[in-house]
Formats: sequence, structure tokens, C-alpha cells
Amino acid sequence: MSQTGIRRTTPGAGGKAEAAPPAPARRGAQQLHSRQWAAWAFLAPVTAYLLAFYAYPLYRNLDLSLKNYTVESFVQGNAAFTGWANYAAVIHDPTFLPALVHTVVFTVVSLIFQFSIGLALAVFFIRNFRLSGLLRALFLVPWLLPLIVSASTWSWMLNSDAGIVNFALHYIGIGPVDWLTSPRWALTSVIIANIWIGIPFNLVVLYSGLQAIPDDINEAAAIDGANRWRAFWRITFPLLRPVSAITLLLGLIYTLKVFDIIWIMTEGGPAGASTTFATWSYQLGFANMLPAFGPSAAVGNLLIVMALIAGLIYIRVQRRYQPR
Amino acid sequence: MTSRRNWWRTAIGVALTAIMLFPVYWMINVSFTREQDMRKSPPNIFPFDGTLAGYSAVLHQQLPYLGTSLVVALGTVALTVLIAAPAGYSLAKLRPRGAGALGFALVIAQMIPAIIMAMGFYAIFLNLGMLGSVDGLILADSTIAVPFGVLIFTAFMTGIPEELLQAAHIDGAGTMRTFWSIIIPVSRNSILTVSLFAFLWSWSDFIFANTLDGGGAHQPITLGIYHYIGNNNQQWNAIMATAVVASIPAAILLVIAQRHVAAGVTAGAVKD
Repeated sequence: MSQTGIRRTTPGAGGKAEAAPPAPARRGAQQLHSRQWAAWAFLAPVTAYLLAFYAYPLYRNLDLSLKNYTVESFVQGNAAFTGWANYAAVIHDPTFLPALVHTVVFTVVSLIFQFSIGLALAVFFIRNFRLSGLLRALFLVPWLLPLIVSASTWSWMLNSDAGIVNFALHYIGIGPVDWLTSPRWALTSVIIANIWIGIPFNLVVLYSGLQAIPDDINEAAAIDGANRWRAFWRITFPLLRPVSAITLLLGLIYTLKVFDIIWIMTEGGPAGASTTFATWSYQLGFANMLPAFGPSAAVGNLLIVMALIAGLIYIRVQRRYQPR
Repeated sequence: MTSRRNWWRTAIGVALTAIMLFPVYWMINVSFTREQDMRKSPPNIFPFDGTLAGYSAVLHQQLPYLGTSLVVALGTVALTVLIAAPAGYSLAKLRPRGAGALGFALVIAQMIPAIIMAMGFYAIFLNLGMLGSVDGLILADSTIAVPFGVLIFTAFMTGIPEELLQAAHIDGAGTMRTFWSIIIPVSRNSILTVSLFAFLWSWSDFIFANTLDGGGAHQPITLGIYHYIGNNNQQWNAIMATAVVASIPAAILLVIAQRHVAAGVTAGAVKD
């Protein structure tokens, strides 16, 4: 896996247009034409697929958000067009502001901890020692487990009466905390679980970033007598900046859309204390007695806008750092 | 001197790994804990007088769910590779016009929250009568893996030497023949990587299962666990035993293909 460092990865789909190698030497225009034809024949399945299973669901989602759908008109498809009414209703909903704050806090706090713990571990593991490969592999486990497995395990560990976490706290003299059942702690609880799940990703990506830094740079620093701590902040960390930026931005995109963990652990509660845009959208559309498809889709689209802003920044950053 | 120093690092490394994996251990421990010991204080740290009751519950109640998950995951793998491999070949080697736009669309596609896709799929499946069907779930689950698959295939296939393809061309092989006889055999590793991730994501999917298959006759294991949590709050050994069983694919994957897993994580992230 070590070979799959940053430097090995080729400029590909993302920046494909400008990365395409020079066109084949002058051959007949006809041959070029047939080659284009073959190229798109191979792309036809994925193009059709993207249109049918991405573009169309997204279009349906947009359609839902701009019309006044009820259960009946949802089936019959004759809902009245209401423009931005669903968006206005969502923004003026008392849930809007808390959900926005929770989404931001959940994302930012998760990212800070995932990244700094992941980076510390990557720096620790980059010096090979006995068992380091095996241990690094084991660190992937939380990331590979189905989210429902992690979320239900954390639910039980954070259980107020019988959870191991409260027992450990009791052991060091701290009273029981109602992790999942008090509005004060619910958001913290889901953030803790989410950090745990996200550390492996940060570790693996930052590790491969560290591997791509030539050894002689660090050796040169060592010869110069810079101590380890200073050498890290002065030399390694700046060299790691492109990878760090990409890790954080991808983390941002992933974290914005986290739904499973929160829904399984708290269902966004109690009293909306851990509701984010993702769980709110789900709740509006699927978890109420009377589904509010329009507002649900509207919240979802706001979430898409947030993810896309992060995504466009990501693409920009990635292109800028792409070694040419 | 150095070796002593390395032992010190190994000790810290083992301790850190133990802390990190404690929840996993706890899941296994609880899965063996007898019901009467479940709320004991202090809790049993080791499952000494453990029980297999949780696993027997899995055997009696969860096998259909596991079967569905297996079918859905294999279906997702097949669909993903079928669509993504040709696309990767084209983007990597055939230089189609408009590849930039398509690549951009794929990157964007990966960023769309699944909960929003679920909403759209729900509306479509409702009209098509596909809610609660295994086919529908396979289709929806594949959307998690297809964009990733195309990006991985493109990255790996770009590395296939041009000489190889030119040799095939001189021997008279057409584009299709080259794809089947050269590209596919050479790309075995990337096919494995994509398949592993498609399998794992589909196996782990909860959002699509819950929204699109919540009332279905055949439900995957993630819903099996979810129903458990909802229904019998007390039977935590059964819940955790199901969780352990549901984690087996992840464990197998890590053992047989650790190299590919890490490669996939990195490629997916830093890819291109």
C-alpha cells in the first residue's frame, strides 16, 4: 500500500480535460472519428446511469421542493407549483436555526479532532517499528464496520445506567452522565462516535502524504540540528499542506452528510438536541405520521448546496496542488 | 539501542490500538454476556461465564436478513463493475471528447448526500412500484460505488503501458477485443479493489435500506439490527451478536485484502 502514495496517483477524471495527453499523431480524420465513437460507446453505460440514477432523482428532489406535495398528490403527481414556499417555510421553521448550528458544530468539532488525532497517529506510525503494519491495519477497523454496528455499539457503551463509559467515569469519581437522553449531551455523544469512525480515514490519507515526503528532507533537517518538534512544524507540516487541505475538505463533505450515526443513536433528539440538516430532512420526509415531502426536499437541497460549495473548493484546491 | 527504542514504540502502538479498538472488543464482549449480567455493576470485562444465547438468536432470526444482504451486495458489485470498468477504460485510454465534463460530474456525484438520493429514489420507486424490492435496493446502493469505481478504474488503467495496447492494435484487435483480452486481465487488482468497496458499502448501507426497503419482504441485515434496537431494548447480547456477524465481511476484507483497502482509501481521497 505504501506505493499508493500521493505521488503515484495520476491526474485522472477530475482534471482530465487538461490532463489529456497530446492527441494521437495525424491519422485519417475518419479513424479519429471512429475512435471517438468507440470511446463514447464505452462511456454510454455510465452516462445513461448518471442520468437515470443521479440526475433524475435530483430532478425529482428539486421538483418535490418546489411543489406542494401531499401523500395523495405524491402518488398521482398533480401537486401545485408553489415556488420557494417550501424553502421559506423551512427557513422560518423554529428547527432551522438549531439544526444549522448543530450541523456546523458537528462538522467542525468532528473535523478538528479527526484530523489532529489522525495526523498525530500518522506521524507516530511513519517510523517503522515492529508490528507497525499490523497495527495500522487494525486502525482501519472502525472505518470498515457498518455504521449501524458502530452506532449501536456506542449507544450501548453510552447507556446511562449500564454503559461502560459511565462506569469508567464513576470509577474516577464523576457522576453518571445521561449521554444520549439529555439534550445537553446528545450532540457531544454523536460527535464522539463520529470522531472515532473518522480517525482511520484521516490516518491513512495523512500517512500516505507523509510517505510522499522524501526522507532526505527530514534527514537534512536532522543534520541541521533542528529538533523533532520544530522540524515537524517548520518542514513536514508545510509540505503536507496539500494533503491536509484535501483530507479536511473531503472530511467536510463526508461529515456534512452524516445521517446514520445520529439517527441510530439519538434520532436527532432528545427534543431536537442533535438534529442536523440530514436528520431533519429525513424526519420531515419519512419519520412523521404525515410526511412533508416538499420541506424535506427543500432541507435536502440546502444540504446539497453546502456540500457543493465544499466540493467546488475541493476541486479547486486539488487542481492547484496537482503536480504537473 | 535502536531496537530497544523500537520496542518502546511498539508498546505505545499496541496501547493506542487497544484504546481505538476497545468499542469493537466491547461489542464482542457484550455479545457473549448473559442477560442477567447485562446491567451488572461493575460490568464483566471478560465474558467468562458467557452465553451463546445471542448467537442462537442470530441463527434463528437473522439468517434471512443476512441472505438478503449477501444478494444485494453481490448484485451491487456486479452492476458497479459492469458500468464502471468500461467507463474507466474509455476515460483512461480512448480520450473521448467531453471527458472533463463527465469526470467533473462524477466527482460532484460523490458529494451528494445519500439522504437526498434516497428521497428522489423514493419518489421514483413509489411510482414504479419498486419500493421494497431487492432490485431497487441494488440500483440505489450502486450509486454509492459507481462514481468511486470509475475514478479508481481510470486511475489504474491510465498506468497500463501504451505499448501493450499498440501491440494489440497491430495484431488486429479492435477496441472491444482489447478491452476484454488485455485491459480486463491486467486490471485484476483494480477490479478487486472496486468490488471490495462496492460489497462493503452495499452490505453496510442503512439509509437506502431504511427508506426504500423498510416495508419490503426481503430486508438486509442493517435493518435486522435496526429492528432489534427498536423492538427489544433488553436483548443487547442478541443485538451485539448480530452486529458481530454483520462485521464479518469487514473483517474478512481486512485480512485478505488489507493492501487493497488502504489503496482504495487513499486513491478515493487523493485520487486524481
